[in-house]
Amino acid sequence: MKLNIGLLFALVVAMLASLMAGRTWVPFDHWLSGDLQSLIVMELRLPRACVGAIVGASLGMAGAAMQGYLRNPLADPGLFGVSSSAALGAVVSLYFGFAASAWLLPLFALAGAGFGMAALAILAGRSGSLVLFTLAGVILSSLTGAFTSLLISLAPTPFASSEIVTWLMGALVDRSWDDVRLALPVSGVGMAVMLVAARSLDALTLGDAAARSLGVNMERLQWMIVIGIGLTVGSSVAVAGIIGFVGLVVPHLVRPLVGHQPSALLIPSALAGAILVVLADCMVRILPSASEVRLGIAMASLGTPFFILLLFRMRREIA
Amino acid sequence: MGLRFDHLSLSLRGRPVLRDVSGAIAPGGITVILGANGAGKSTLLSCLAALRKPDAGTVTLDGRTLDSVPAQERARKIGLLPQQADIHWDINVRALVALGRLPHHGRWRRSSEDEIAIEEAMAQTDCARFADRKALRLSGGEQARVLLARILAGRPEWILADEPIASLDPAHQMDALACFRAAAQAGAGVALVLHDLTQAARIADHLIIMKEGRIIASGPVADVLTPEILQAAYGVRIYIGHDETGASIIAPVAKLS
Repeated sequence: MKLNIGLLFALVVAMLASLMAGRTWVPFDHWLSGDLQSLIVMELRLPRACVGAIVGASLGMAGAAMQGYLRNPLADPGLFGVSSSAALGAVVSLYFGFAASAWLLPLFALAGAGFGMAALAILAGRSGSLVLFTLAGVILSSLTGAFTSLLISLAPTPFASSEIVTWLMGALVDRSWDDVRLALPVSGVGMAVMLVAARSLDALTLGDAAARSLGVNMERLQWMIVIGIGLTVGSSVAVAGIIGFVGLVVPHLVRPLVGHQPSALLIPSALAGAILVVLADCMVRILPSASEVRLGIAMASLGTPFFILLLFRMRREIA
Repeated sequence: MGLRFDHLSLSLRGRPVLRDVSGAIAPGGITVILGANGAGKSTLLSCLAALRKPDAGTVTLDGRTLDSVPAQERARKIGLLPQQADIHWDINVRALVALGRLPHHGRWRRSSEDEIAIEEAMAQTDCARFADRKALRLSGGEQARVLLARILAGRPEWILADEPIASLDPAHQMDALACFRAAAQAGAGVALVLHDLTQAARIADHLIIMKEGRIIASGPVADVLTPEILQAAYGVRIYIGHDETGASIIAPVAKLS
């Protein structure tokens, strides 16, 4: 509880900081004045910070649920192939030039995520088996990845293919309140589903057989995880493209703080994920580069040194 | 009444593992299931815990077929200690034991009754000393006791334990068996799969001996633990002696050729 309040406070601070970050300095007394400068804050930076927080929270909690479900601290929510099917949906809309309307690309991405969840259901069947499920996810993500590459290579103009590639890198540039209105309810439902599954994730700590003897319905749990991760990851891909490392790194960082319990990990991971994405987005805005560094790239370059540090620590522990 | 199984048959990957086995686990006593590896003991336990559905036959819990008992109620009544001691996250011991209360408490909060059951279970299994340590840093024997405490914390009416003492030293083996005895005295029906024949002879109220998916003998210790039956079950020559109190000492001596 203390941890959650602390993280919530940090998130508010990070979001305030992101209202100040950018090429233009807007004095505080102009924020609510209604002039052009206030539009920068209220119509550009604030929705962008909100989208960042929703995306980060979605990815953080999805990562925590994924790792708990697979009982593997290295699992990433992208593993199920839902994020790459959502990306494929968005790429389809870019390819056919539907993206002119602000609503169509995210809707295509959500449809892609929905297709991914349905494909998982058909491939993995009703067994509730972890191995089958992971395999189905791997198949799905490589298939949708291949289709995405196909569309890039078939793009009618070099401009269209570069638009697709840029979109795939993930960013929060030019997000509006429309994106918040789209992502918030979808992610919210997804997170609620994962929270309902929290106790079953705890039971899984003791393994499959013990969890089932504790009354966990493995098949039901599998679908709650698919729906929870599908909705959260789908909505975050829809509004921000593919942003890696959050779902992998954040639960890892938070886990020791909550005594390693899978259920206790969900909410702090969501908060910490939101903080991380909002801060990283502030960073890409104030970096002195000609054009803004894409958030997805910044995340990956931040994540790698972190993993090298982690690797060195594990090496010391093993030695 | 009780936990009964009638005419269970089950094949796994085309190989028959249970062939028409019938019997019951009596409440207030300890039933020990003996038999060689692959005799079907663990499969029988998983059928009794509703983890596997038999191809034929029924398991009934207090007169109701096990399928018709809601999962939550079943989880409260039947505690299963699987053979494989899985602990996947480095949670602390108290949190692990508390998992035994999952079927009891509401969605979020534990009641004071839950807390009492958790502390009692840890005290019974001699785990209270390391209640705040990380489960994965414990020795194998300590982990086995913690997992046993997890079962006891749920205060199930039926305890099914698959080789619960295999990784324990002699003193803790006796402690663990004493826990099962205490649970049985409190009214629980306990079924244990054991490989230690001497311990089996001392703890069992009722014995079931399995071979190749069948029950070849079933009854009180004195009737069933005979050299002939044990030799048939395990394919080894068995020595049965007695200590100064008259209790049996049963040891395998040599393989029958």
